[in-house]
Amino acid sequence: MTTTAADAGAGAYEAVFDAALAADERIEPRDWMPDDYRASLVRQIAQHAHSEIIGMQPEANWISRAPSLRRKAILMAKVQDEAGHGLYLYSAAETLGTSRDELLDKLHSGRQKYSSIFNYPTLTWADVGAIGWLVDGAAITNQVPLCRCSYGPYARAMVRICKEESFHQRQGYELLLALSRGTEAQHAMAQDAVDRWWWPSLMMFGPPDDASAHSAQSMAWKIKRHSNDELRQRFVDICVPQAESLGLTLPDPDLKWNEERGHHDFGPIDWDEFGEVLRGNGPCNTQRISQRRRAHEEGAWVREAAAAYAAKHGEARA
Amino acid sequence: MSGEGNGAWPLWEVFVRGRRGLAHTHAGSLHAPDAEMALRNARDLYTRRSEGVSLWVVPSASITASSPDEKDPFFEPAADKPYRHPTFYEIPEGVRHL
Amino acid sequence: MTAALALGDDALVLSHRLGEWAGHAPVLEEEVALANIALDLLGQARVLLSLAGDEDELAYLREERAFRNVQLVEQPNGDFAHTIARQLYFSTYQELLYEELARGDGPFAPLAAKAVKEVAYHRDHAEQWTLRLGDGTEESHQRMRRALDALWRFTGELFEPVEGCEVEWSALHGAWLSRVTAVLTRATLSLPEGPWRGAWAAGAGRQGIHTEPFGPMLAQMQHLHRSHPGAAW
Repeated sequence: MTTTAADAGAGAYEAVFDAALAADERIEPRDWMPDDYRASLVRQIAQHAHSEIIGMQPEANWISRAPSLRRKAILMAKVQDEAGHGLYLYSAAETLGTSRDELLDKLHSGRQKYSSIFNYPTLTWADVGAIGWLVDGAAITNQVPLCRCSYGPYARAMVRICKEESFHQRQGYELLLALSRGTEAQHAMAQDAVDRWWWPSLMMFGPPDDASAHSAQSMAWKIKRHSNDELRQRFVDICVPQAESLGLTLPDPDLKWNEERGHHDFGPIDWDEFGEVLRGNGPCNTQRISQRRRAHEEGAWVREAAAAYAAKHGEARA
Repeated sequence: MSGEGNGAWPLWEVFVRGRRGLAHTHAGSLHAPDAEMALRNARDLYTRRSEGVSLWVVPSASITASSPDEKDPFFEPAADKPYRHPTFYEIPEGVRHL
Repeated sequence: MTAALALGDDALVLSHRLGEWAGHAPVLEEEVALANIALDLLGQARVLLSLAGDEDELAYLREERAFRNVQLVEQPNGDFAHTIARQLYFSTYQELLYEELARGDGPFAPLAAKAVKEVAYHRDHAEQWTLRLGDGTEESHQRMRRALDALWRFTGELFEPVEGCEVEWSALHGAWLSRVTAVLTRATLSLPEGPWRGAWAAGAGRQGIHTEPFGPMLAQMQHLHRSHPGAAW
């Protein structure tokens, strides 16, 4: 940014902001930004951070039962990454003037959301594979464009996350492949998991463009770079050949290549189910939040002890 | 303010030396009760894939930023928070779609 | 390979217990720290068990009575203070043991030389938290004291000689006591006073006698693997 706005009014600041966006430059924490831009970012980054830490639960459900030591190590490392990604994202949100504690309060009290996908249960070991392949795959499709998001700290956090996440999807795919090529029971387990996770994964891209509340403004601000439907289509096109290689079937009778469009057509998504889960009526909404809240509450005495120790021992407190 | 009291931990900025011969570079931030724990948390979080050989941690509140293009009144109500800090993560090479 | 099983089972079982913290830690930073320790231990377990046979067969297909880990590592996580007390007792022991093994020229020297750096970090983590919980608030002090007391009777077993480990066990115990005492003193705590081993079956874990919580832990760990005999994962 070259324009100096030192003595100018709000209009001049806004002009600087608009010029930076137009030039595809990044907005940085101490730059002036419209209140709505800030609020919109906080909402999106917080939801993303919450999704990472709530998303630990369905997979952590299988750490104790992982069927080989190699798989156990991979799964532990993956769930650990999710905690780390939550940390990166809460830090990005903090650059906007919102503390992690405020955001956690909002998560715990239901005032902020996390991705609905994590309200589905992990019923079998194959679900760990399906989450890696489909859920992380959908997340990556969503996240790669966010590496170019107009807000610098968020974009940089996403670069780090995307880099680290590349193994998440691969381990899921490899896990499913081992099952698909394994015994009959293992193959059936893999197919069942894909049957259950396919549609919720498609819902991860959000409502169709014509029904998406925040999309247009987010695109104008370059927080978002592609529309929900565009990303969803991209994901379907990527998954179809991958499913074939896996030897598994995607549970959609309408799924077929459309020569004219150069894309796969696919069947209608059950948006009523999406809405229900979003409203809190998914299979695990209550369980996820109460586990999260319990961990936070039961950890309070630990956090207080460390703070008291620091105060006693004269550590510099920020 | 929610950053203080009741067991809430202050924010720290983390700087990582990727390898010998390079300067420490800002890697991100984290919460910790004190400097010793901040160092350890930083080691766990920012170098768990062998990204560094040396770490610095600095209380975020100790950083003074120069921002010639800005005027503080425009930052209300967030200006009294210690959470504003500049550049976050290095953009590593080799990440596609950048 | 009695020793490979003993040390490998210690690492495997403690790693499993730490893995149970995932999603339940008191603060996000600690999720990352506990997982790091669990992953280090799992890595050690895999190397050690592979010295004794097939890692998965050993982990998933042995009965409870065939496990050779000390009883300390199988104790449930309890509150964070219990986990930290368990970590302090065990990682102080493991660091001293691995330092000894790394100095020798036995079969475990290469592994011990690598692992001792990891373990030094685990011990440091436990010490830092012992200081903060012991010298933090009244509540944390009480919780830490209760945890140290509760686990104390499992510490004697750590110094039962393990066949195949060329170690001066009583010297190890002496060094362990002085290190733990030093940390506890700094943390305004003191060494528990009760017996440091249970009344029956001394050194029991190493002989395959475990405590009741171990059975359910193994049942959970082995269930899926055992449900699909011969399957690859």
